[in-house]
Amino acid sequence: MCLAVPGRLEEWTDRDPLLARGWVVFGGVRHECHLACVPEAEVGDYVLVHAGIALNRIDIVAAEKLLRELRDAGEESPPSAEDEML
Amino acid sequence: MKYLDEFRHPGATESLLESIRRRVTKRWTIMEVCGGQTHGLLRYGIDEALADAVELIHGPGCPVCVTGAEVIDRAIELASIPNVLVTTFGDMLRVPGSRESLASARAAGALVRMVYSPLDAVALAEKHPELEVVFFAVGFETTAPATALAVLQAKRRGIENFSLLVAHVRVQPAMEAILCAPENRVQAFLAAGHVCTVVGCESYEDLCRRYEVPIVVTGFEPTDLATGIAACVEQLETSRHEVENRYDRVVQAEGNLRARQFVEDVFEACDRTWRGLGAMPLGGLRLRESWRDYDAERRFTAGALPQVVSSCRCRSGEVLSGRIKPPECAAFGGECRPEHPLGAPMVSGEGACAAYFQYHRPELRCEPRAVEGNA
Ligand code: SF4
Repeated sequence: MCLAVPGRLEEWTDRDPLLARGWVVFGGVRHECHLACVPEAEVGDYVLVHAGIALNRIDIVAAEKLLRELRDAGEESPPSAEDEML
Repeated sequence: MKYLDEFRHPGATESLLESIRRRVTKRWTIMEVCGGQTHGLLRYGIDEALADAVELIHGPGCPVCVTGAEVIDRAIELASIPNVLVTTFGDMLRVPGSRESLASARAAGALVRMVYSPLDAVALAEKHPELEVVFFAVGFETTAPATALAVLQAKRRGIENFSLLVAHVRVQPAMEAILCAPENRVQAFLAAGHVCTVVGCESYEDLCRRYEVPIVVTGFEPTDLATGIAACVEQLETSRHEVENRYDRVVQAEGNLRARQFVEDVFEACDRTWRGLGAMPLGGLRLRESWRDYDAERRFTAGALPQVVSSCRCRSGEVLSGRIKPPECAAFGGECRPEHPLGAPMVSGEGACAAYFQYHRPELRCEPRAVEGNA
């Protein structure tokens, strides 16, 4: 129940503070999600969606920093998110 | 999927686990609070890989498991009223109340439907003005913003045939109850990442200070979990206790202020009885007085339901507080299996008993043993 999934905001459909919605792409699949908790999100941003609503934006700088740390620590490298295709 | 798969990298996870094994000078006991994390740890074999270095004990973090049987009875009672449709998340449907589950009540004719989001329940109410749509609201701080938003949207759009049966629970009081218990063995916590996405990690500072316990906020993927355990071990080995954020790609110190505001507008903290764990002061959320028109219990039912005494064979209370691991329950894997569960931790997809049943290899299962005070 508590799992949430990252997706990329593709299009806003309603920017009302309470009814905010938009299309979010998850690994190629589009869903219309509620965006009232992330009014500052811009098209192209990654958001974490849970039970149909985006709980927060994903901080790409922080994500890449952790991936870099993991790469530096391990012999095998995890892939960079930067160049992965959707 | 981007920002998911990269955190499942086996090479990076293994080198983190190796560094933890090298770092420990004694075997530490760490509790993960969230059921999603329990599943991650078992699914990727992290508990086994660290067996000599760290004992991972599993906390109460599955809201489905801790929802009281009497609340489920109430949901069934509501669904049995003509024209009342009860909606809830899918994993709530199979959890037994005192006699039956919402799924079995539906098979017998009650109006019950699974929804993906409380906001879908509002849409259903709008589409079906002939029905009274009740959303059975379960979940930790993670799902509370969506429930709050559902009420705010229903009000704004003038949808009057929508109400809530609220069973939301709050994580921190449960963590505190575990730390206070005389049999507590928790030396550090992995805090539930998505709860912190909403409430922030600052909110743990007080608990961390008062109980001198390291609290590391982490995510759900194997490298996240290994990173979180490594951070706990580092604090324990250097006698520190701090709130540390290892999930900063989605968690900020203050959380999501807007999501918190939605919750604050609609709900207030209240005492709540947790299944298996008993009375939890301020362990739940209820509608504020100004929103009581949206309280399904007030609208449709009268009087409290009798308290349900749980099965004496199910040791879910001990499982949920980390006192025993599921295989130590005599019913585990025999009398109690996912297809005929005795208790909620075997029903829910995120329950610890279900996780052990699904992922633990039989040769690793402990022999069932009798324990005093089995109630
Ligand atoms: S194995 Fe079944 S009976 Fe035992 S504690 Fe878990 S849910 Fe209860």
